[in-house]
Amino acid sequence: MPFLSQKFNLQKRVKLAQGLWMLYWLAVIVGIILFSLGIFFKIELRKRSEIMDNNESHLVPNLLILVGMLSCGLNAFGGKLCHDSLDPQKFSKMKPMLRPYMLLCCGFNALLLLLVLLSFLMQFAVYLTLAEGLKNAIRFYKDTDTPGRCFMKRTLDMTQIEFRCCGNNNFRDWFEVQWISNRYLDMSNDVVKDRVLSNVEGKYLMDSVPFSCCNPGSPRPCIQHHLTNNSAHYDYDHRTEELNIWNRGCRQAVFSYYSGIMNSIGALLIFTIILE
Amino acid sequence: MALLVVKFDLKKRVKLAQTVWFMYWFAVLAGILVLSLGLFFKIELRKRSELMDNNESHFLPNVLITMGLLACGINAFGGKVCYDSLDPTKFAKWKPVLKTFLVFCMVFNALLILTALLCFIMRIPLQFTLAEGLKNGMKYYKDTDTPGRCYMKRTLDLMQMEFRCCGNDNYRDWFEIQWVSNRYLDFSAKEVKDRIGSNVDGQYLMDGVPFSCCNPSSPRPCIQYQMTNNTAHYSYDHYTEELNVWRRGCRDALLSYYGGIMNTIGALVLLVTMLEVAVTIGLQYVDTSLSTLANPEDIESESEGFLLEKTVKETFTDIMANMKAMGKGAKVEEGGEEGVATVS
Repeated sequence: MPFLSQKFNLQKRVKLAQGLWMLYWLAVIVGIILFSLGIFFKIELRKRSEIMDNNESHLVPNLLILVGMLSCGLNAFGGKLCHDSLDPQKFSKMKPMLRPYMLLCCGFNALLLLLVLLSFLMQFAVYLTLAEGLKNAIRFYKDTDTPGRCFMKRTLDMTQIEFRCCGNNNFRDWFEVQWISNRYLDMSNDVVKDRVLSNVEGKYLMDSVPFSCCNPGSPRPCIQHHLTNNSAHYDYDHRTEELNIWNRGCRQAVFSYYSGIMNSIGALLIFTIILE
Repeated sequence: MALLVVKFDLKKRVKLAQTVWFMYWFAVLAGILVLSLGLFFKIELRKRSELMDNNESHFLPNVLITMGLLACGINAFGGKVCYDSLDPTKFAKWKPVLKTFLVFCMVFNALLILTALLCFIMRIPLQFTLAEGLKNGMKYYKDTDTPGRCYMKRTLDLMQMEFRCCGNDNYRDWFEIQWVSNRYLDFSAKEVKDRIGSNVDGQYLMDGVPFSCCNPSSPRPCIQYQMTNNTAHYSYDHYTEELNVWRRGCRDALLSYYGGIMNTIGALVLLVTMLEVAVTIGLQYVDTSLSTLANPEDIESESEGFLLEKTVKETFTDIMANMKAMGKGAKVEEGGEEGVATVS
């Protein structure tokens, strides 16, 4: 007993072939979109690989690029098949290739399903890589004279400005690291010597944040230094002040950006599976 | 003697009509491009209208949008005429309007050239608007509690960060105005009272800049305050320090941004003009080749296509004569009416 059999006359067959041909061209366009999304995601990961410790996994974008190209090829071939099916001579040429082609399509759909799962699961890997990378980035912020890390300051500043965030979890992360290079500290100064001696590791710690944490929407000029000292600034209470610097942590901000991209990719892949 | 005569047989006529139809569809796409460029420019002006005192001139983007829409309409119509020119019955419908349509196309092309010229010229009024607007923007930076100006600080900060600039001409513009609101100044402190007393206007001036002037590429944390005091910071010389704050003025930065947009739009409009001139010439040839059939009943007969019926000089004198005749005709009518009035 065949499964889901349908009766066809010539007119219905022609309509079916034409409709299927149009769907195949739509699928080719979707394949191109998948390919360009893969490239876009790869570029975005590359742009910020510094704050991810240069060891982020490029598995998802690489697979996406491969799937996009495969999809274009398979669907173009399928469209050609449908176009030739209206002409019995041409179709008899293609007939032997049809079985293996359908098997290939089934394998391709399985690959698409795997990719959907990956794009939802790899978000955890991205989160962990970000946490580690940002922690190191904050530590290496001051090393503007060390080769290999000299652009970390600029990268982190631009990230904080662009994503409107400060520090790893929040702005207090900056209180725990020395983010001013020793080259710009006057070691003969008493204040500096006090601060350096006040902790075991001999670091110059202070309750200040870099300028990139400042919120332009604040009504008053940015208060960067002596953040926890209410008396250092006129009419300032650090417990109630909300608009001065960004309250969000960069790990949360950057992660929500990447998870947004990966969720959209997953949704588009589900649509592609249905279409295929 | 007609200008640029070309002999046509049926095959050549069909090829010409198909090519011109194809070019008309390109021209429709070009019209859409001009329309979207006009919209883009309008949006960019609107985005930063606060920094231009809200009185920037939207003349150029409006003209671009109008020309884009006109171009789409004219070219779609021209394409339809070309398509129908292959069928004599359909073409007979369009024949009477074709002459006026071609004249209209020529006027439209002249307007396109004017638009391209405008794109290059409108840079000058923009410069003045920007200079005035930025000066006021900096003046109102501190007024974050005044309705209507409370977002000036945020707009200016975001602009300085985005365009990597500081102040109007350079960062010293910030030294000449009070950019800290009085709400955050402790008037009982001696230092504040000294600064306010030190100038005629009673403003709290300082040699500091807002944080948005800071350059993230600087190897040291940003020095915003006491910028001209070398002793206030360790290993700092404000004469030689280059990477600390952005050195470019915002007027220069914004002008080069908008100037770049306008130059690109002007160049593209010139390209579109060339395309339009080409399709107008093509349509003229299609029209004339179908009007000068050797045997009007036989569509396979030969014909001649030309650009102008007579030479340029003769066409020009013809047009002048026509215009004079029109003027005289109006006068003769008036004279006739008067004559009638006096007679009766």
